[in-house]
Amino acid sequence: MIVETGHYALVLAFALCLVQMVVPLWGSLTGDRTLMAVAAPVSLMQFALVALSFAALTYAYLVSDFSVLNVIENSHSQKPLIYKISGVWGNHEGSMLLWVLTLSLFGALVALRAKRMPEDLAATALSIQSWVLGAFLLFILLTSNPFARVGAPPMEGRDLNPLLQDPGLAIHPPLLYLGYVGLSITFSFAAAALIHGRIDAQWARWVRPWTLIAWMFLTVGISMGSYWAYYTLGWGGFWFWDPVENASLMPWLAATALLHSALVMEKRDALKIWTILLAILAFSLSLLGAFLVRSGVLTSVHSFANDPQRGVFILAILVFFIGGSLSLFAFRVQSLKQGGIFAPISREGALVFNNLLLTTSCATVFVGTLYPLALEAVTGDKISVGPPFFNLTFAPLFVPLFLAIPIGQLLAWKRGDILGAVQRLAFAVGMAVVAGLILAFARGEPVLSVLFAGLAVYVIVGAFIETWGRMTAGGYSPALMWRRAIGLPLSQWGAAIAHAGAGVTLFGLAATGWGVERIVGMKPGDNVNLGPYTVTLEDVERRKGPNYVETAAHMTIREGGVVVGKLDPSRKFYAHRSMTTTEAGLRTIELGQVHIVIPEQNSDGSLDVRLYWKPYVTLIWIGSIFMFLGGGVSLADRRLRIGYARRPRQPKGQPAPAPAE
Amino acid sequence: MTRKQRRLTMIAAALTVLGIALGLVLVAMRDNIVFFYSPAEITQKDIKPGTRMRLGGLVKEGSVEKGADRSVSFVVSDGAGEVRVRYTGLLPDLFREGQGIVAEGVLEDVKSFRADSVLAKHDETYMPREVADALKKQGHWQDEKHGGAK
Repeated sequence: MIVETGHYALVLAFALCLVQMVVPLWGSLTGDRTLMAVAAPVSLMQFALVALSFAALTYAYLVSDFSVLNVIENSHSQKPLIYKISGVWGNHEGSMLLWVLTLSLFGALVALRAKRMPEDLAATALSIQSWVLGAFLLFILLTSNPFARVGAPPMEGRDLNPLLQDPGLAIHPPLLYLGYVGLSITFSFAAAALIHGRIDAQWARWVRPWTLIAWMFLTVGISMGSYWAYYTLGWGGFWFWDPVENASLMPWLAATALLHSALVMEKRDALKIWTILLAILAFSLSLLGAFLVRSGVLTSVHSFANDPQRGVFILAILVFFIGGSLSLFAFRVQSLKQGGIFAPISREGALVFNNLLLTTSCATVFVGTLYPLALEAVTGDKISVGPPFFNLTFAPLFVPLFLAIPIGQLLAWKRGDILGAVQRLAFAVGMAVVAGLILAFARGEPVLSVLFAGLAVYVIVGAFIETWGRMTAGGYSPALMWRRAIGLPLSQWGAAIAHAGAGVTLFGLAATGWGVERIVGMKPGDNVNLGPYTVTLEDVERRKGPNYVETAAHMTIREGGVVVGKLDPSRKFYAHRSMTTTEAGLRTIELGQVHIVIPEQNSDGSLDVRLYWKPYVTLIWIGSIFMFLGGGVSLADRRLRIGYARRPRQPKGQPAPAPAE
Repeated sequence: MTRKQRRLTMIAAALTVLGIALGLVLVAMRDNIVFFYSPAEITQKDIKPGTRMRLGGLVKEGSVEKGADRSVSFVVSDGAGEVRVRYTGLLPDLFREGQGIVAEGVLEDVKSFRADSVLAKHDETYMPREVADALKKQGHWQDEKHGGAK
């Protein structure tokens, strides 16, 4: 009964979408406030219904209701509780349900803030959001019903794909979806702005916080996915330039560009056309990602069961929204007036440079990801575009970007002094050179690692030059510096932290060059040298888990005879799926990690062991956390708080917010 | 600086960056793209020895020979053709006889292939798509191998 309620709630949510798609939009076009007032409560109801539906599916998983096909295929009564819950979205139908849950969540959040925006803009944006939500609800109801029952329920389910039985599944998809789908709200706002022809600095002020939220979650979502692949796939790598990864990287690059161009639009009323276009493109790339991953065009852990019908449906959604929004854009673009003027050397100019490099690198990823698909469709030839392609096209574009980050932060709006900025960066450059020399001495080859690590130090130090300068403008007394530091706008701290985070990630990436990899056959009692450490295989143990049997190797890491850590890499065999997974043994030592994987046991009883020592590798993910925190600090800025803005049209109601700027 | 000059500067900068990116893409495309062939296609398309490529198919039952120092050799078949693959290194978890794999490396002659990486399917329901297509083309596709997924 609960399962049917979930299904019914989804149908009701779709019905509400039909109302929402027309009524508030019509109201906003005719100026009918009663019709517009429908938008907010309906959005909240949509969220409530989708959440109810999601809860119903979760319930079916929790009680292992094997009359539901989805539960049979992806669950097992003995599965640990956390995987029963996260297993809800560890399959195609459930992950689409999570997708619509996130879509409706953002609609509801905007609805709660709607009173602080012009009502026609809010009503139209919520209506557009419902178009997107409605399309995906229809997709679920017609092609991917998670609530389908079977006539003769089996006693036991087929269990979740063991690769997905990992805490990563509880973390990575929800975070990623908050990012991916969060971009839908910027898209809805962009479409609303185009419909009403109101594209100004004020619009950027409303939209930027939402972009920032989506960007923050997309950043950690991608980063957590990368960490999951790193410790579970057993290849020791963290990024494979796999099309599925690229599908998430492209919206991230576009969203990063959008954050920066929206800043120009907000502060200087310039780059308006470009910002709107980026807002459309960012979500279009999200949709493209959904298409690539969900349609079965690509095969990966992410593409659950394939069904051509679903691919065509998502393609139709893609074409409708991208085509529709771009047509609207083309129709409106002439009527847009250009805003503030700026010299090429200025904060705006630097942000344009940032946008240029980010969108170009996004385009190269796009080409590398889609060219093989297009070629196969046209000529039937199958090719693979691997990491060398992306490394060669991506790195040359990102180096100038990293060089420009600290400079851009120091340039003034309108007209900047590049010589002055470079002079102020002398300290950062000095630190980079010192760090580079130390690393060259301590770690040596490869040269590229030293150079990139130096660049990273320059970005990290350079990120704080501006804030440091302002803190110490009144002298170096600690009390005064503290007062000045907390007096600075939070958005300035946020930007500094996020940019430093990018530098931290770059440092981690640069350091991969100093890693050590060894593959050796080992028997209990054997030692092997790994960078500065000696690793000993103590013994091999077989043990039983709830739904698997495990072969674990107990290993000890020593540095100069002193034990610095123990780890036990293992292999798990899942009988229900007759499948083996590799659990890497990971030990974090300072900022680096020892990563050990045991592939199959040889016939003579020895183990082939793959060992890595990866210095500073954790910085890759720590950097992304800094980016997330930077975004959060920026979001807490009073001036940027969601909806915290003047309402030009509606004098009554809310207490007047403090004037911006 | 007038609005027109400003616009021209921006367009020039954009074109420069795009031009550089296009150049990089073309260079990278020329040197870093690998074609995929099944054993039958190697003879059909007359692939020259020395070509870097990806080879996909099923590991023939009883063909796996393990040598010293993790060297291994096995026959990859798509039903219509066979190629012996030699490889040194760790095989993926799901490497088994009768399973689909993709190997990347250099074709030494029509019947032998030197692999420097071997990929297997992710689990029992996911066959590398290239392999599935190649098998379908040769009429050796058995759907029950695809079990589990609808």
